[in-house]
Amino acid sequence: MDIIYTIWLRSMKRFIRSKSRIIGSIAMPLFFLLFLGFGLNSVVNLPGLGENYIQFLIPGMVAMSVLFTSVFSGIQIIWDKQFGFLKETLVAPVTRLEIMLGQTAGGATTAVIQGLMILILSLLIGLSIQTIPGFLIAIGFMVLIGIGFTAFGIAIASSMEDMNGFQLIMNFVIFPIFGLSGALFPISSLPGWLGPITMLDPLTYGVEGIRYGLTGVSQINPVICFAVIGGFTVAMTAIGAYLFRKIAI
Amino acid sequence: MTIAIHVENLTRRFNDLVAVDHISFEIAQGEIFGLLGPNGAGKTTTLSMLATMLKPSEGTAMVNGIDVERDEDGVRRSIGIVFQDQSLDEELTAWENMDFHGRLYRIPSDIRNLRIDELLKLVELFDRKDDIVKTFSGGMRRRLEIARGLLHHPSVLFLDEPTLGLDPQTRNHLWQYIATLSREKGITIILTTHYMEEADRLCNRVAIIDHGKIIALDTPGNLKDGIGGDVITIKSPETAKIVETLKEPWINRMDTHEGEVVISLRNAEQHLSTIVTLIVARQIPISSISIHKPTLEDVFLSFTGKTIREQEASTTEIMRQQMKKMGRH
Repeated sequence: MDIIYTIWLRSMKRFIRSKSRIIGSIAMPLFFLLFLGFGLNSVVNLPGLGENYIQFLIPGMVAMSVLFTSVFSGIQIIWDKQFGFLKETLVAPVTRLEIMLGQTAGGATTAVIQGLMILILSLLIGLSIQTIPGFLIAIGFMVLIGIGFTAFGIAIASSMEDMNGFQLIMNFVIFPIFGLSGALFPISSLPGWLGPITMLDPLTYGVEGIRYGLTGVSQINPVICFAVIGGFTVAMTAIGAYLFRKIAI
Repeated sequence: MTIAIHVENLTRRFNDLVAVDHISFEIAQGEIFGLLGPNGAGKTTTLSMLATMLKPSEGTAMVNGIDVERDEDGVRRSIGIVFQDQSLDEELTAWENMDFHGRLYRIPSDIRNLRIDELLKLVELFDRKDDIVKTFSGGMRRRLEIARGLLHHPSVLFLDEPTLGLDPQTRNHLWQYIATLSREKGITIILTTHYMEEADRLCNRVAIIDHGKIIALDTPGNLKDGIGGDVITIKSPETAKIVETLKEPWINRMDTHEGEVVISLRNAEQHLSTIVTLIVARQIPISSISIHKPTLEDVFLSFTGKTIREQEASTTEIMRQQMKKMGRH
């Protein structure tokens, strides 16, 4: 535990010091929320999900913020590798599993904090929290997304040599995961061929879980959401740990 | 004499490239031991195997009596490493970097804090302890890394090219630190270097390594004595003729090399005029002539027929070909 805490502590110190990165990663979901939310609010009508598109969009943007921050935190291992710091941890008498779990805990914490910032900003533009347990459920789903996708980032970073592939991963893996997740639109009204694809996206269940917590309404049963995103998180942590073991320096 | 490191037939292959080729040596506790050789000779690979970062293909290595393959964590706890490339977190302060290391090695917090202060004072970074490492110069970073490597009180310290890329003044300063460390704390130090002067000034014993093999191992003094006295270097367009001319019994050894004749002999000053007379008598032109006390560079030249710099060039070429074979570029 002490080693996991040590590595988590380092992530936190770096996070608090990187003001520009904090602001940078709030900006995108916030702009989406403002532009799409206010832009489409009057023209979009969501049958059965209340009239308000902004209310619908907020959980999606919270999930987006957690997703991007966590994948990015995981992939940062490549920087540690390139700048040599990874050697320092790998040559210490600690297990790789501890290092990986510490890194995951750090990335997930950062991601959840970023998500909470969006959540707090959302309160200013009209989000009203339904119930305290609902709010806690939403945070629970944010934690699961954070852990799962940090581990996903670590898995990717462990199999990458340098940052060259980063843009590719962002465009062809992370953005589709976000786009297909129902963060922006209700999955129930999709054309027949697209529906099943969104159901394969683990983030869909995360978004729906947060939506259930915040608005009390969701298109997928929250228990199923919890089971799927929970299973994804466990599986990703195992895969991430396995691939991280094989990193050669 | 306690043995700190025992290496027997240690070998490491990367596909068909044999980076380290059946080397054996022993290092006594408290010794400063140097691995001297050109880039790509296998120094860092040897170090990586001793530090459990790389598995040997063959052979055994014991560090503080612990087998590097059987008990990685045991070895890791008893060694400190300063890598060739920087391995600090630039966004943390000097103190935080030390603290992180101390926690990784599970040093209790009261002892940890005391040692961090003590070591930062030793490397004269205590005043800067709360500054972000990004603002540090190359020499300061090296000193911080050495301090960090000592935090968990290792009995063996590995230094991989400790002064690479540093200016001469900082280099001198670091040499003093390293010598002091070994003297005052009795730590066994193994360093790799391709600086002759570094090996000469710091090390009790030096292993000269080339193409993965140890080609000579002794004290710097003995290695230089082995050459047979002083060195006279004559530069001339007709080196072959000079060798032919100088068949004198007092010459211990003669090598031609890149338009130069390198002669090893005792009391070079006394024989210089004779040498010049003999050459001039046969009307062989001399471009320049010099006498110097032998250096480890001469030792390397006498064993390999090349200077370290030439060897580096050719080794790089071999590695490049090897990379091509492996399908990289």
